[in-house]
Amino acid sequence: MPRLERRPTPSRLWTAATPVLAVIATMFAGGLLFAALGKDPVEAIRTIFWDPLFGEFASYSRPQLLVKAGPLILIAIGLSLGFKAQVWNIGAEGQYIMGALAGAATGLAFYPGDSPLLFPAMVVIGALGGGLWGLIPAVLKLRFGSSEILVSLMLVYVAQHILSAAAFGMLKNPEGRGFPGSRNFQQFPAAFNGELIAGTGMHWGVVAALGSVIAAHVLLSRHILGFHIRVAGEAPRAARFAGVSPALLTSVCLGISGALAGLAGLFEVTGPAGQISTDFASGYGFTAIIVAFLGRLHPLGILLAGLLMALTYIGGELAQLTLNLPSAAIQAFQGMLLFFLLAFDVLSNFRIRLARRARA
Amino acid sequence: MASRKGPRRVTGTGTAQLLTIRGLTKAYPGVVANSDVSFSVAEGEVHALLGENGAGKSTLVKAIYGLVRPDAGEMRLRGELYAPAEPRAARAAGVAMVFQHFSLFEALNVAENIALGMETPPRQRELAAKIREVSEAYGLPLDPSRLVGDLSAGERQRVEIIRCLLQDPKLLIMDEPTSVLTPQEVEILFATLRQLSAEGTAILYISHKLEEIRSLCDRATILRRGKVVASCIPREVSARDLAEMMVGSALTPPARAARTVPEGPPALEVRGLSVASPMPFGTSLKDVGFTVARGEVLGIAGVAGNGQDELLLALSGELTSAPGMVRAAGADLGDKGPNDRRRAGFVAAPEERLGHAAAPGMSLVENALLSGAVRMGLVRRGFIDWAATRAFADAVVAEYDVRTPGTHVAARALSGGNLQKFVIGRELSQNPSVIVINQPTWGVDAAAAASIRQVILDRAAAGAAVVVISQDLDELMEIADRFAALNEGRLSPPRPVRGLTMKEVGLMMGGAHGMQPPEPDAAGVLRAEASDAEA
Repeated sequence: MPRLERRPTPSRLWTAATPVLAVIATMFAGGLLFAALGKDPVEAIRTIFWDPLFGEFASYSRPQLLVKAGPLILIAIGLSLGFKAQVWNIGAEGQYIMGALAGAATGLAFYPGDSPLLFPAMVVIGALGGGLWGLIPAVLKLRFGSSEILVSLMLVYVAQHILSAAAFGMLKNPEGRGFPGSRNFQQFPAAFNGELIAGTGMHWGVVAALGSVIAAHVLLSRHILGFHIRVAGEAPRAARFAGVSPALLTSVCLGISGALAGLAGLFEVTGPAGQISTDFASGYGFTAIIVAFLGRLHPLGILLAGLLMALTYIGGELAQLTLNLPSAAIQAFQGMLLFFLLAFDVLSNFRIRLARRARA
Repeated sequence: MASRKGPRRVTGTGTAQLLTIRGLTKAYPGVVANSDVSFSVAEGEVHALLGENGAGKSTLVKAIYGLVRPDAGEMRLRGELYAPAEPRAARAAGVAMVFQHFSLFEALNVAENIALGMETPPRQRELAAKIREVSEAYGLPLDPSRLVGDLSAGERQRVEIIRCLLQDPKLLIMDEPTSVLTPQEVEILFATLRQLSAEGTAILYISHKLEEIRSLCDRATILRRGKVVASCIPREVSARDLAEMMVGSALTPPARAARTVPEGPPALEVRGLSVASPMPFGTSLKDVGFTVARGEVLGIAGVAGNGQDELLLALSGELTSAPGMVRAAGADLGDKGPNDRRRAGFVAAPEERLGHAAAPGMSLVENALLSGAVRMGLVRRGFIDWAATRAFADAVVAEYDVRTPGTHVAARALSGGNLQKFVIGRELSQNPSVIVINQPTWGVDAAAAASIRQVILDRAAAGAAVVVISQDLDELMEIADRFAALNEGRLSPPRPVRGLTMKEVGLMMGGAHGMQPPEPDAAGVLRAEASDAEA
């Protein structure tokens, strides 16, 4: 009977190999799922993974890769810091919304100003908005011992209600003929986050995402805060022994991940989305959780995972359009990725022993 | 249980072999834990398994208990091939084991805990009656309805032993059973083990305490680096001989210069220290007070769970107290955290190596940074100087003889003794002025223990004030200048070690927790002062 035996030291090979295995397994299982839905599995997989980059409509979908990957990576980097320290922020979606609202509201308050300081100010306030929203679960946890998992998740729904209230009320476009939604930032150059290089999808959010990858890598490998984050996740009592204050660390992790999610929201609303609208929240905050784990909570891994996840997003939409796949099937497909990743993850800490069952 | 009490073969080496092991080999990646190990245990024999840390004792008993599958070799139980695939199979074959660390649920009562370990537990009432019956038969009184969380370490061990006895074992494996007991409790345990042995149950006894082995065990098998190097009748050799067989070289007991209890202002002053325990079922500290001078070693004894962990936390700064309760060299550290205390020259080594003193999955380099960052200047403007950290870790490994393939390996890959040497070395090499250590040699072999005690004494000789919290009385007697005991969170007034008798020590520790030894005149186990001369 095969048995699992703990490795003395986690295997580096398997740590790197499990995401690849998980992707392959997802392709197989996803293919089965699509076949069960009566679609050609090979074509479906090709539509999701190949066509967005090299297919017929690639010139449209290729820039989308960075547009989608940017916020995913930015949010996932923030989440990964918390996850490493076993601080479970599940509410990045809410922090993303609140960051977008805070930043957009700042910009719209100065409409139609043209100060070059406006956009940077919006960025700062966007980060603050997300960060403060992220600190609510931290404060409640420290004050009342509530679970940050539940509180951060529930705050997503609060944020969504605030979003629709803003879209219908405070931030509604005065010239919008009564339709919900704010002014479009495309018509507000000082606050618009446009493409930096035409046709690539590269905007300031993508730059911020890449910056966050590098910053997180430096933080985790060279900075004492990153070390404390890793120790806290690895052995909480050892962290306390090292002088880490659990309260402070929880707040820092929730604050940083909230701020990065807020930034992602701000860059999204002022760029690709263009306006505050009721359907602005598109689930990046939740998908980023998968991205964080798919990337092994490692900054470079998250960069790759974010790109991969963006690909399945775009490819999934394409498959919905061209193959009439239901969107639930695409979501199930993305969920499988996390499922297989966690399943294969066992192999980096354990080895399989194929031992014959001995007679007792 | 009736069958147990019937006449059985008497103890002795002339009787039939119960367990025979031949050529047992088990290799882990990078290390051969057992290499061609052969030995046998006779029916009713108390057989000692002796060896340094990493000598392969644990792997060997895990193989016997079905937790580890040997790569080669065979085991025979009463002549029949025996290859347990899992502990359940071992138990079915009549092999039971009491682990060094208990696996009990504190929030459940004794009977519920015992039921959890059984394949087909009887109804609670029947089980409780059975527990009472067994516990009385073996002089191990235990109330089945008490919560395990309220029991002393000695009583918890009794739960584990009774759990084993209910299976009516032929072979009982005990892994370092006395490390958590008071001298009085040790006597009770030994009386029980002798009774079991007289009734025909073989006992495989793992311990580092050589005197215990000499007084209890019929035979000893000595392991070194995974191989059987000797076997002997412990009564016929001295403790020193045993230790040398185990280590393979002559031992040097810790040496210290003439004991002159130093004068001058106290380097560490604890006054009226009262803090609530952060742990459920923990013991709060109540009005603890003592002073330690430069160059002095204060030994603090106590049965496990009487506030030792809390005292360490309150001294290391992980648990802060009111201002003024803890002072080092005049500086008030009562409400300061660990790093502020380190800055003031204060280092601490907690008892639990993995998970508290060291992060299991992190490398030795990272673990060196864990507590060395402040005093060794390993962090500049928030950024870690990894080169300096690596050099620090390498220095600790070299200076304290930590056996490891390198400093890049995870802490959990080291054997207990080696990790302990690393942890102690990490703290002592930071040039501290106050040192607090909880259980410096818990689960560490004799050679490593001797070297750890020596470096502690060296640090004291160099002028550090040292507090050693330990459950090993021999150790405290050996290295401490003054002695105090924790009992239910209160500290007895410290007394000079010189002239203390074991009986006084036992009383300071709070006696045997209401236990009656079944044979009041059971042979004294703990060597008194007499054996000091011998060691």
